[in-house]
Amino acid sequence: MRENLLSLTIDELSRRHPAFADFLASTDATGSKPGRTLEAWLAGLTDDRLSQVGMDRDQIRSHLEALVRRVDALRAAPHATIRSLTILGGRDKSGRAETLTLVLKAGEVLCIVGPTGSGKSRLLADIECLAQGDTPSGRRVLIDDAPPAPGWRQSSERKLVAQLSQNMNFVVDLSVGAFVAMHADCRMVPDRGERVRDVIACANDLAGEPFSAQVSLTQLSGGQTRALMIADIALLSASPVVLIDEIENAGIDRKRALDLLIAKEKIVVISTHDPILALMGGRRVVIRNGAITDIIETSAPERANIAALERIDRGLIALRHRLRCGQRIDAPLAWAEELGKV
Amino acid sequence: MRIITVAGPPSVGKTAIILKTAKVLDRPGQTVGIVKFDALATADDDLYRHAGLPVVVGLSGSVCPDHFFVSNIDDCLRWGRDQSVDILIVESAGLCNRCSPHIQGALAVCVVDNLSGIHTPRKIGPMLKLADIVVVTKGDIVSQAEREVFAFNVRLANPRAAILFVNGITGQGASELSDHMQEAPHIDSLEGRRLRFPMPSAVCPYCIGETVIGRDHQRGNVRKMTFGRIPA
Repeated sequence: MRENLLSLTIDELSRRHPAFADFLASTDATGSKPGRTLEAWLAGLTDDRLSQVGMDRDQIRSHLEALVRRVDALRAAPHATIRSLTILGGRDKSGRAETLTLVLKAGEVLCIVGPTGSGKSRLLADIECLAQGDTPSGRRVLIDDAPPAPGWRQSSERKLVAQLSQNMNFVVDLSVGAFVAMHADCRMVPDRGERVRDVIACANDLAGEPFSAQVSLTQLSGGQTRALMIADIALLSASPVVLIDEIENAGIDRKRALDLLIAKEKIVVISTHDPILALMGGRRVVIRNGAITDIIETSAPERANIAALERIDRGLIALRHRLRCGQRIDAPLAWAEELGKV
Repeated sequence: MRIITVAGPPSVGKTAIILKTAKVLDRPGQTVGIVKFDALATADDDLYRHAGLPVVVGLSGSVCPDHFFVSNIDDCLRWGRDQSVDILIVESAGLCNRCSPHIQGALAVCVVDNLSGIHTPRKIGPMLKLADIVVVTKGDIVSQAEREVFAFNVRLANPRAAILFVNGITGQGASELSDHMQEAPHIDSLEGRRLRFPMPSAVCPYCIGETVIGRDHQRGNVRKMTFGRIPA
């Protein structure tokens, strides 16, 4: 393999993957004859040039060899899929046993409820790091009924869990289209242009206010930001598990967002006190004093109530829209009057 | 004694991560000691001391922090041995991105943060490119997509390193980092060992206090900019 790589020309290596082109450009190799072999180029590097690259010849060679292996591995890696995630109980904050075996299947939505400080974030964190009895809760997480292979915990390419929280923002100074394309390149998807259009169209579908591929990421509203994050996680992220922390009032169509993630066979775990989101989940776990104390199946009457909650929600959205358009809210709010009688 | 060098640009959270990791490693029968290198001032030794860890501080002042580091690192090992330290974590600030503090045979960690910009990994020199472990911090405040792009760029900049995500505030990920540190090679003396890459160099009148600007003073190891062809 070593002989092989060294006998490639600068041009051949550059075309192999943008990563090599980038590396060669950063070392000024593209300024030399494209027909030169890597070996000849390496031999011709001056000490001054090597100092600027920040590696000696052997280090550059082993760097490029490692890069070849990584790029090949990324290309060959199938989409990570898992059938189930199992949470085995640990102990609560007082050290009492948490008797629990909770199995989550692909395409399932689980909600987590409980007062502030009860341990909702700890549960999300245990899933995120695939706890093996080595976190304060003592919980263990199984993948497909077995302890996760070490690669799952260590590997940066194969992250099991994608996360979305109210605290997250886009910080990079790029347009929506350019950034999603960059993410698509990292995922090495073959149909990049199409995938980028899909993500942006999908995000527009979820957000109340439309936005284009040309707008800057940092200019998006809160709702547009959440919508784009969800669309990106659903359509571009390889992670089969999605953890969502408190995204109520995000100004997005929550039902469609969840449906999208479910359709992609993700396991979705949401920490929320939003009644619509909580009832949309198939089950919700109740956390007290650091442990899961109850698992509530969403009942038929609860499901029936989603429609009423959505009417209230639509009423509020309509009011927001009126305010945004500079209108008054002076008509009687019949639907809210009814609520007052409850 | 196990030796670990931890380097990274200012304010990425090196100290926070070392504190969280040391908390996992420090236990009866295994003492963790800290060497903190900085340029002008630091109060981080208080944080380490407060955590019950033996700590020594080295301030480079007017000398290149990297050169100061390499001139003192073996003495730091001696200090560690005198303190009966089992795991010595040496924290140094990577002030110019060209820093190159990693030592052959010693576990080398580079810390970078998600807020520094997605192209940053390729702009950092030997400190990141030749590290064994790259720790990425501040993942809780940027989007999942940016985290993935950032990690991918770290991967391209250093295809050999293990990439770990650690949260300096909650300590999430510190136990994985401690697993690696727990396995760092034993080293008793650095005498005769080599750095992984030469440090940034400058031997010129300005190194020894010259302040006048002008061609006459640009002697020794001087590099001039090129401006391309100027149209006639």
